[in-house]
Amino acid sequence: MTPQLLVDQPGLHTTVQDFGRTGHQAFGVPVAGALDPEALRGANRLVGNPDGTAALEILHAGPAITVAADSVRIALAGTETTIDVAGQNDAWVSVPAWQSIRLSHGQRVRIGRLVDTACAVLAIEGGLDLPAWLGSRSTYVRAGMGGFRGRALVAGDRLPLFRSSSTDRQELRAARRPDIAPGTPVRVVLGPQDDYFTAAAIDTLLSAAYKVSAQSDRMGLRLEGPPLAHLDGADIASDGIVTGAIQVPGAGLPILLLNDHQTSGGYPKIATVISADLPRLGRHRVGEMLRFAAVSVAEAEDLRRARDVALTEVLDSITPAANAGWLDPAALHSENLISGVVDYSRPDDTDL
Amino acid sequence: MPPPAASTDILPDPFPRFLSSGDTALIVEFGRSVDRTLNERVLELDAAVRAAQPPGVVETIPTFRSLMVVYDPLVTRAAEVRSALAALLNTSRAAVVAGRRWRVPVCYEGDLAPDLEAVAKTTGLSLGEVVALHTTPVHHVYMIGFVAGLPYLGDLPTALALPRRASPRVRLPAGSVAIAMGLTVIYPVESPGGWHLIGNTPVTLFDPGRMPPALMAPGDQVVFEMVQRDVFDDMRAAVVDGCFPIAPEPLAPDQPGTTA
Repeated sequence: MTPQLLVDQPGLHTTVQDFGRTGHQAFGVPVAGALDPEALRGANRLVGNPDGTAALEILHAGPAITVAADSVRIALAGTETTIDVAGQNDAWVSVPAWQSIRLSHGQRVRIGRLVDTACAVLAIEGGLDLPAWLGSRSTYVRAGMGGFRGRALVAGDRLPLFRSSSTDRQELRAARRPDIAPGTPVRVVLGPQDDYFTAAAIDTLLSAAYKVSAQSDRMGLRLEGPPLAHLDGADIASDGIVTGAIQVPGAGLPILLLNDHQTSGGYPKIATVISADLPRLGRHRVGEMLRFAAVSVAEAEDLRRARDVALTEVLDSITPAANAGWLDPAALHSENLISGVVDYSRPDDTDL
Repeated sequence: MPPPAASTDILPDPFPRFLSSGDTALIVEFGRSVDRTLNERVLELDAAVRAAQPPGVVETIPTFRSLMVVYDPLVTRAAEVRSALAALLNTSRAAVVAGRRWRVPVCYEGDLAPDLEAVAKTTGLSLGEVVALHTTPVHHVYMIGFVAGLPYLGDLPTALALPRRASPRVRLPAGSVAIAMGLTVIYPVESPGGWHLIGNTPVTLFDPGRMPPALMAPGDQVVFEMVQRDVFDDMRAAVVDGCFPIAPEPLAPDQPGTTA
């Protein structure tokens, strides 16, 4: 039988994502890809995959899954939310994120509401046996392309796996985490169309606080706050867009474009988030406040290189877990050493 | 859909000019308006960049009057990409692959053309004159964007120049042929849209299983050919059955309208 993960509950918006589909924007094909590529790399390293292996991106609340393979190894990264693993008698054991877990046939896991971020990544050893389209398995839901049937997971889905069993090795754990710099301003380079805005609008962007609105999704964070005035209207001849661009339609409220953005657009872009800060963007939850600070392109380049060095240190901190015994829930139950047993019927964890 | 043209020039800067889009892309802007000459310069530079493959350049996105050059900031820096682009701009013009000419059948009737009467009324033309003005010119593919495979085509005769509809439609069917602001677009898939819907084509503009998936490319040409409803229905049935081939005519480099 094909090894599979059975989706008992899909989570709020769980999609297959990798590094995205570059090279086809000239034909209008968006890049998509994981909002937090650092979490993707971390999760994949933990299960022994190449960094860009397609994994499950979780938004807000994660799925509940049953293993239909001999065994499977998973890891959650990008969050400190724990994974609940079903042990004996339907009792749940909490296992920390940022480390790998080996699960046996029929075992159930669930990831509830993300406690500290809007997005996280769940990687599976060996990856998902799904067709790549234009070099990527990333899901682009708006066009129904890529990933698992071009859509977010729904209950009852069966995700095919490349491996029928996990490799026999020690579990891995990350000692360090990417710096998510909570509360600090998001760094931007002004432009490319900052000359379409009043000087007051630039000052406002760089001094006011903007709230992430409920209309936000993988296409962009819609921001609420003081409107930004255009000098001469909000229409430009459509041009290219990068992830992180802050476009401002006629009403003056900025939209911070994320990975599912269209390839071109006809609104002026007042500023662009630097690449070092892109992994932070998708982590912002509805209602959170954002501030912006301007840097030069050269500064942005230096910050990105420093970020890459820091990420390498995080990935290098992934080593065999010192005491992996508690990672085996069945063994835990038999030894009566469980510290985090969760009642299956706990109401605040079953409202997905 | 955002409109393509700014109404006035507000900057004295000489073109082409370089604009940074963060630390992952440079934009070479040749002007501010939707203009064939500017677009041909965009496509020339695009061809030159694709041929030269400067280190660290990930992809290019040609649009009406600018080229976005996306790069990996861990491999190169803006200053290096800018130097490479400036050198390409200064060398002799790159040979652009001659475009192709597509003959696109369109039915301009009934429920396939819900805005045709309003367009005729607004422009003071008869229905037949609107169709004639749309099927006469050779349309140039400026760019592909908005949704996967959607071509922006121009230019329309001035008699058909119209602003967008006051209220956008939530759903336009796939194959919709729509006009606004001197341009025509064809919607490859069902999508929202604020342009005037004057017809529908059975041609598949975007096929995920095809390589490249988009039928048209910037620099191609399109001639619309009016078909009656019964012919349209037969064509659409053939498309569904996978037996409606559409093949372009190659254009000689010296043929009027090409970008070489």
